[in-house]
Amino acid sequence: MNPEPAPAPSDDSTVVELDDVHLSFGDKEILRGVDLTLAPRERLLVLGQSGGGKSTLLRLILGILKPTSGSVKFKGLEVTRMGRRRLNKMRQKIGMVYQNSALISSLSVRDNLALPLEELTDKTTGEIDELIEQKLEMVGMVDARDKMPAELSGGMRKRIGLARGIIMDPELILYDEPSAGLDPVISSVIDELIISLSEKIGATSIIVTHEMESAFRIATRMAMLFKGVIIADDTPENFRDHPHPVVAQFISGDTKGPILEGETTGTE
Amino acid sequence: MINPVPAARSALQHLSSIVWLLIDTVREMGDTMLRGRFPFRMSIFFAQTDRTGVGSIPLVALVSFFIGLTMSILTGYQLEPFGQERLVPPLISIAFTRELGPLMTGIMLAARIGAAYTAELGTMTVAEEVEAIEAMGLGPLRFLVSPRVLAVFLLMPCLSVVSTLMAMTGGALISRWAFDIPLQIFAESSLEHLLARDIIAGVVKSFLFGLIIGLVSCYKGLTVRGGAAGVGTATTSSVVTAITTVIGFDTLINIVLVALFDQ
Repeated sequence: MNPEPAPAPSDDSTVVELDDVHLSFGDKEILRGVDLTLAPRERLLVLGQSGGGKSTLLRLILGILKPTSGSVKFKGLEVTRMGRRRLNKMRQKIGMVYQNSALISSLSVRDNLALPLEELTDKTTGEIDELIEQKLEMVGMVDARDKMPAELSGGMRKRIGLARGIIMDPELILYDEPSAGLDPVISSVIDELIISLSEKIGATSIIVTHEMESAFRIATRMAMLFKGVIIADDTPENFRDHPHPVVAQFISGDTKGPILEGETTGTE
Repeated sequence: MINPVPAARSALQHLSSIVWLLIDTVREMGDTMLRGRFPFRMSIFFAQTDRTGVGSIPLVALVSFFIGLTMSILTGYQLEPFGQERLVPPLISIAFTRELGPLMTGIMLAARIGAAYTAELGTMTVAEEVEAIEAMGLGPLRFLVSPRVLAVFLLMPCLSVVSTLMAMTGGALISRWAFDIPLQIFAESSLEHLLARDIIAGVVKSFLFGLIIGLVSCYKGLTVRGGAAGVGTATTSSVVTAITTVIGFDTLINIVLVALFDQ
């Protein structure tokens, strides 16, 4: 069922490695043997239907969820066997950007960004403020520094969420539907930000989305998750004319095809 | 009709989850202290103590004043035909120090603060704020749970004292008016009959009730599922569970204390 994966990087150059990952919630099987590797500086875009387990993949990498079976590695270290202390240490190297931003509503923008720096580093207030200024500048939101999350629009909150995601200069950034629910202009702004952040700080990125325009704009590699397995893993160019009927239907948005029929006619 | 077996199993599962919540919170605090840092933000702790303690004083004081007043007048009228109304002051002081002060305060805090904690943490859970804190490697339990549980744990005894004093004030005022018991006699008689074990029982109960309210409300908030409706359901469940558990533990402690000391 699993396709031939895209050229796999050698072990020491792998940022994330998922090997035969299964995950079930009760009787419901969410992931049924996911294999995925990610090389440094790649921007992997994971496509798939809503509720298909894309966001679950990100939570498995963060160690928030544990797989039923299989291996999840971050920089060669087995996430599933990490204790709380090692998990927290690993999480400091990963930035997570949530679909709804998940900014802490009781804290100002400045305090939201300062939170991990104050709690996890020994930086002085001056250094923290300087870093916050720098990250807010990167997302074009310096003026929002003293605002509360409730005072910001959806697009602004997403940008602050991005700034918080990169505040610790992570090696891996996970984006959960970064442009969902935004108008096309703001959506493009967010896409450009993802690309420029990835280039500026040299981070590896996994972006989960089902917005096709954003997908082709951002990705250096694309994977399609369908019925709990990766059915296609290729470059964006090859994805446009992909022979797999599920991928083809998903990209075209056609209502007729194997996705709604609930059956696949073959693998890559 | 409720099937008792699944209900008991579910209750035990919740109880063990609440115990684990306490253990994990202490562990997270320990991890942070091992890194040479304070286990939680003092600003959050002080905000919670202000809200739990100072903010609850008017409610606790007013309700306890009226209950003390009502208890005095009702028991006084029952005892008056026998010429025993002089028993009203010790009755009020012992009942409130040992039993009603912590219990009434516990019920009021479960409704006022427990509901607020559950709604607040529940909304944060639904909005993925709690997960975001976890994803940053900050430890959501020590960051969110520890200041709240500690605030209600430490402030419960103080509020129980307020409750007892206000009930005695209410009792003293009505006794002066209805039974001609002078305020000074009321105070002296109250203190004279009060034993150290009554005070200790009241303090121990207060700490325990504070811990129960804090843990139950935080647990209910962190396990919210299903959006706004889920927050509403969890908040109701939190108040009901906390009040029932407080009354249950109160009964248990009373049985133990009577068995150990009053025979």
